[in-house]
Amino acid sequence: MRARFGTISWLAGLIGRLGSSRGSRPYLRDCIIVSLAVAPTGVTFGVVADAAGFDLARIIVMSALVFTGASQFAAVGVINDGGSGGAAVGSALLLAARNALYGPVMRRALPPSTPARLGAAQFVIDETTAVSTAQTNRRDATGAFWFSGVLLWLVWNACSIAGALLGAVLGTPETWGLDAAFPAILVALLAPHVRTAAGRTAALAAAAVALGVVPVTGTGVPILVSVVALAPALWVRARREDSPATDGTPGEAPGRAL
Amino acid sequence: MSWPLMIGLVAGCYGLKALGVSKLGGRVDRRLGPAVTLLPAALFAALIMIMTFEDAGTLTLDARAAGVAAGAVAVWRKAPLILVVAVAMAVTAAVRIVT
Repeated sequence: MRARFGTISWLAGLIGRLGSSRGSRPYLRDCIIVSLAVAPTGVTFGVVADAAGFDLARIIVMSALVFTGASQFAAVGVINDGGSGGAAVGSALLLAARNALYGPVMRRALPPSTPARLGAAQFVIDETTAVSTAQTNRRDATGAFWFSGVLLWLVWNACSIAGALLGAVLGTPETWGLDAAFPAILVALLAPHVRTAAGRTAALAAAAVALGVVPVTGTGVPILVSVVALAPALWVRARREDSPATDGTPGEAPGRAL
Repeated sequence: MSWPLMIGLVAGCYGLKALGVSKLGGRVDRRLGPAVTLLPAALFAALIMIMTFEDAGTLTLDARAAGVAAGAVAVWRKAPLILVVAVAMAVTAAVRIVT
């Protein structure tokens, strides 16, 4: 993603300037950068979901209605690995839980009426929260939320459909190494979460426990394991918070993850 | 994945977003915030281990491990996701041909 940022930010700057000539919308550029940056990820999702045996209808429903990338990749990956549907949904929901933390941070950007706010909720994800909370006033925060939300939705859906169609053309026999593609994707998704000591503790503990319990259990275990691994991670986090000027626990500030 | 499960996934993911924007959102944030923030790190790590080393209920070291390791290097070098996938698949396929 980052490799293309030169071209993307140049393009976004151009479009942003066109936009700003009709009024001051300082957030347009950020929104466009974030939306274009998810394009290759969306294509990747379409290709691997198709290869994992998801039909076009399911891929469209996933990107349009689930609309939270990490959960989509996790669900498709668990199915590809031979896991049960329940394990796939459980993993996806545990990952989606962090979207519930963005609502309170996004309050000023969301509409005041309850029905409108519930409609807006679909767009409350990592990227829109990052762009919106970076704005200095309420008007820009609202504009950034809606503009990035709708643009991201369009790009994400168009690209995942394109990926699904591309995947159907390519065809992906197991011998190509598809079974290694999913854990590799999850390594990419894990990367932004291990920047803190607590995140690293959670990851290492979960990895160790998962390897330890494999011989005795079946699929769906990673879900239980990851909950157990939170104990040492929360302990590390609490200790770090006691001493000032440590890793600045991101918690409320989402990274550039999906 | 069956349609009932798909609907459950859609409803669950939307429900969590809606919970956040509702009045209960602030309470969830305070009580469960730290745990929820750390969940992805733990879950991704556990899934990576199972998907890389598990085969029919036992631990094995096969071509997948080489592919995932190569993919991890690509992640570390800040490669775009599509390249990470290509590298992991190519290395795994190459190891399978050789062995």
